[in-house]
Amino acid sequence: MTDNLPRPLRLLLGFASWLLTVAITLVGLASLTFFIGRVLPIDPVLAIVGEKALPEVYDRVYLELGLDKPIWQQFIEYLGKLLRGDFGISYSTNRPVLTDLLSFFPATLELATIGLVIGVALGVPMGVASAYWHEKWPDHLIRVIGLIGYSVPIFWLGLVGLFVFYYKLGWVSGPGQVDVFFTGIVPRITGFILVDAAIAGEWEVFWNAVSHMILPAVLIGYFSLAYISRMTRSVMLDQLSREYVLTARLKGASEFTVVVRHALGNAAIPLVTVIALSYGGLLEGSVLVETIFAWPGIGNYLYSSLFAADMNAVLGGTLLVGIVFVLLNMLSDVLYAALDPRSRSLANK
Amino acid sequence: MTGPLVEIENLRVAFRNDDGGWNDAVRGVSFSLGREKLGIVGESGSGKSLTGRSLLGVLPDYARISADRLRFDGIDLTTASPKLRRSLRGGRMGMILQDPKYSLNPVMNVGKQIVEAIRIGDRKLSGAEARRQAVASLEAVQIRDPERVMGLYPHELSGGMGQRVMIAMMVVREPDLLIADEPTSALDVTVRTQVLSIMDELVTRRGMGLIFISHDLNLVSKFCDRVIVMYAGRIVETLDAKNLHAAQHPYTRGLLACLPSIDGSLEPLPTLTRDATWLEAAP
Amino acid sequence: MTLLTEPTADPKAAIRAARWKEFRSFARRFFRNPLGVVGLFIVLVLIFVAAFAPWIATHDPYLPTLTARLAAPSAEWWFGADELGRDIYSRLVHGSRLTLLIVALVIVTSAPLGLIIGAVAGTRGGWIDAVFMRITDVFLAIPKLLLALAFVAALGPGIVNAALAITLTAWPPYARLARAEAMVVRNSDYVNAVRLAGASEFRIIVFHVIPMCLSSVIVRMTFDMAGIILTAAGLGFIGLGAQPPLPEWGAMISTGRKFIFDQWWVATVPGIAIFTVSLGFNLLGDALRDLLDPHLRQRK
Repeated sequence: MTDNLPRPLRLLLGFASWLLTVAITLVGLASLTFFIGRVLPIDPVLAIVGEKALPEVYDRVYLELGLDKPIWQQFIEYLGKLLRGDFGISYSTNRPVLTDLLSFFPATLELATIGLVIGVALGVPMGVASAYWHEKWPDHLIRVIGLIGYSVPIFWLGLVGLFVFYYKLGWVSGPGQVDVFFTGIVPRITGFILVDAAIAGEWEVFWNAVSHMILPAVLIGYFSLAYISRMTRSVMLDQLSREYVLTARLKGASEFTVVVRHALGNAAIPLVTVIALSYGGLLEGSVLVETIFAWPGIGNYLYSSLFAADMNAVLGGTLLVGIVFVLLNMLSDVLYAALDPRSRSLANK
Repeated sequence: MTGPLVEIENLRVAFRNDDGGWNDAVRGVSFSLGREKLGIVGESGSGKSLTGRSLLGVLPDYARISADRLRFDGIDLTTASPKLRRSLRGGRMGMILQDPKYSLNPVMNVGKQIVEAIRIGDRKLSGAEARRQAVASLEAVQIRDPERVMGLYPHELSGGMGQRVMIAMMVVREPDLLIADEPTSALDVTVRTQVLSIMDELVTRRGMGLIFISHDLNLVSKFCDRVIVMYAGRIVETLDAKNLHAAQHPYTRGLLACLPSIDGSLEPLPTLTRDATWLEAAP
Repeated sequence: MTLLTEPTADPKAAIRAARWKEFRSFARRFFRNPLGVVGLFIVLVLIFVAAFAPWIATHDPYLPTLTARLAAPSAEWWFGADELGRDIYSRLVHGSRLTLLIVALVIVTSAPLGLIIGAVAGTRGGWIDAVFMRITDVFLAIPKLLLALAFVAALGPGIVNAALAITLTAWPPYARLARAEAMVVRNSDYVNAVRLAGASEFRIIVFHVIPMCLSSVIVRMTFDMAGIILTAAGLGFIGLGAQPPLPEWGAMISTGRKFIFDQWWVATVPGIAIFTVSLGFNLLGDALRDLLDPHLRQRK
C-alpha cells in the first residue's frame, strides 16, 4: 500500500508507526499501574496514606486523586501527571516519588551495569566455546555452569555468598555500599559511588566500595553470564550450521577467523538485541539482591516502601522500571536495524 | 607436472546414525583426474557431494573417512596435517557451492569477502593491492562495474551475479583444482549458460582440473570431458562424455531414457525401476 | 505394492498403533539423555513428596518445640529446627505442596489463556490481531517481579494472589507461540479443507491450531515451571507469598536470614530445595526441547 510513496515519506511513516507502538506500550503500562493503584484496592486513598493518617491528609489525597470524578477522567489526569514527572508523593519519605527514585537509581544502575559487563565478557566466549565444541566436554561443563545459574534463587545465593565470603572467609565486606565510617565523605556528582569516589580522589573510599560491591556484582554477573552464554550458544549453533561458514573454511581461513569473524559476526546481530533486553532482567533481579546486601538502590527502596505500605512509591518504582524496559526494547530495535545490512536495504527499497 | 592431479582409490565415508551403527554414504569410490573436466552425476544421496568434500577435508568430524589412496598432486591427504590441508584449501583447491544466497556471508560486502580470500593467500599484501586484485577478479568473471559490486551485500546480488562472485572468490588465488557442487542448480535457466561459459573459460585458460558435480546428466555431458555416474555411494559407470549414448549400465541407460527430447516419441517417459543388485559392488 | 489410496482395515486401531510406536521411540530417545532422566526423576520425587507429605515428614510442621529452638541438624531434627523449634525437614516436605500448588495454579491459568489469545489473534488477523498483540506487548514489557509485587501489595499477600500476579506476566509467551503457529497454519490446505467442510473458527482453533503448538508449549511450560518456582520463592522471601505459619520455602529463607551466621541451616536448606526443584524442571525442559524442537532435530 505504501510502496508507491517516495522514500523519505515511507521512512517517516515507518518511524512514526514504530513510535506509536512504543507510545501505546507506555500507555498500557501506565494503565496497569493505574489499575493496580486505583481500581484494585478497596480504598485507594488508604492504600497511599496508610491507616494511621489524619483525616485532613485523607481528604487532601482524596481530592488530589480526583476520586470524585469518573474513572476515565481520573486516568487522563493520571497520564497528564506522569508526563509532567509527577509520580505522586511517597507518604513514608514525604518526598515526590520520582525524586526518591532518581536518587536511588544510580546505585542500582551501577551494580546492574557491572553485572552485565561480566556477563558479556565471560558469557559470550563461553557460549561460543560451547557451540564450537558441541556435545563435547567444554559444552557440557559450560552448560552445567549456566544451568546452575538459572536454577538457583538469586537471593539465596547472595545469602550463602555473604556467609561464606564475608563471615567465614572475610574476603569481602558485608552489606552496605561503603563502610559506615565512609558514608557521606564523597560528594555526590553522578550517583555512581565508584565514579564519584574516583573524581574526588578518595581512593580509600573507592577501594572500600569495591570490596562491598564485588559480591553483589559478581552475583548479578553470574546470572547475566548464565543467560548470555545460553543465548550465545543457541545463536552460534544456528550460525555454525550455515553454508557461508563452509565457504569461509573453503577459502582456507583459520578456525578462529571462521568462528569469530564470520559466525560470531553474524550471531552478534540477534545477540546484541538479546543482551540489551537482558539488562532489564538484571534491573529486576536487583530488587532481591539489594535487600540482601542493603544496597541503597531502587530495589531496596521498593522493598521498604512495600513494608511501609507506600503504594505511590511501589507503583512509581514499577512504572519507572517498566519505562526502562520499554526504552531497552527501543534500543534493541534500533541496534538490530543498525547492524543488519539486510534491514538497512529494506529501508532503502 | 607429473602424474595426475587427483588420485582417489577406495574412498569410504560413513556417518553415525541414531542406533549407534554406521551409515555408509560413500562405498569404495575410485577415480583419478588430470587437467580435464570431470563430471560426477547422481541423484540425491548418491554420495557425489561427499566425494568432493572429502578431497577438500571439510566433512564434519562425526564423519568417518578412509581411503587406500587420496592424493592431490602427489600429496597424501590421509596423512597430511590439518594445517597443510587448510593451506591447500583456497590456494590450490577451490570449491563452488550451490546457492550464493546461503553460501556468501550475509553481513559482509562482496569486496571484503574476496579481499579476505586474497589475503589468506598473502598476508603481507597491502589493503589497496588486495582490493585491486579483488576488482580484477570480478572483471575476470565478466561483472560489469566491478567497483560498485565490491560494495554490495550478497542479498543485493542476483543469483547469477552471486554465483560469479563465488567463482571469483574461489579462483582468485589460482588453484589447480576446482570442484563445482551443483553450481547452476539454483540459477534460472537463462543465467546458467552464462555462468557455465565463464567457468569453462576460466578452467581452460588457467589449465585447471574441474570436478563438476550435478544431478543433471544432460548438462554434465555437454560440459565435461568425462562422466562418472554414482548410485548409492558407488560408481556404476565411467565414460567419456561423447560416448554417453553408448552407456552400458542399466542405471545410466535409465537416466538417459528419462530425458525428454524434442524429436523423441510421444509415449510417456519411462520411469526408472531400481534394481537391488546395483547396491552391490561392481565386479 | 499396495497403493496408498486403499483403505486400511481398521483406521482407528492403526492410528493408535502408530501413536504408541511414536511414543515408544520418543521415550527411547529421551532415556538416552542422562540429564533429562535426572530432571524427570527430581520432578517425580517432588510430586511423590507432595502427595505423601504427611507420611514422609517426621514431625508436625506447625508445632513449635521451644526447647529445640534453632537446633542443629541431628538424628531427631534431620535438617535442624527453625527459630520456633519446628522441624525444618518436615516443613520442607509440606512446603513442597505449596510449591506444586503455585506452579499448577499459574500454568493452568496462564497457558490456556495465552494460547487462546494468540491462536485467535493469529487465525483472525486484522484488527483483532493488532489489538491482541499490542496488549501482549504491553504485558511483555512489564517487569515480572515488580508487577507481581505491586499487584500483591494492592491485593494483600497470600498464595492465590501471588499466583494470580505471576500469571499476569506468564501468559504472553504462550500467546506469541500460538499466534506464530496460527499464522503458519491458517492458510494451509488442510485447514482450508476443514473450513470447506463447514468447521467453525472455534473448531479450527481448538482442534487444528493449538495441537500444532503442542511440542513448543510443552517445552515452554517446563521451563516456565522452573521460573515460576523462583519467582514465587522471591515473592515469599519478600513476604508476599504464602503467609506464616505456612511452610513456604522462600519465606523460610527470609526468616532464616536473621540467623544465617550462626545457624546457617535454617536459611540454607530451603534454598537447596528450591534450587533442586528448579534444576529438575530445567533439565527436563532441556531434554524435552532437544527431542521435540523440530529445528534442532534437523541438525545432526
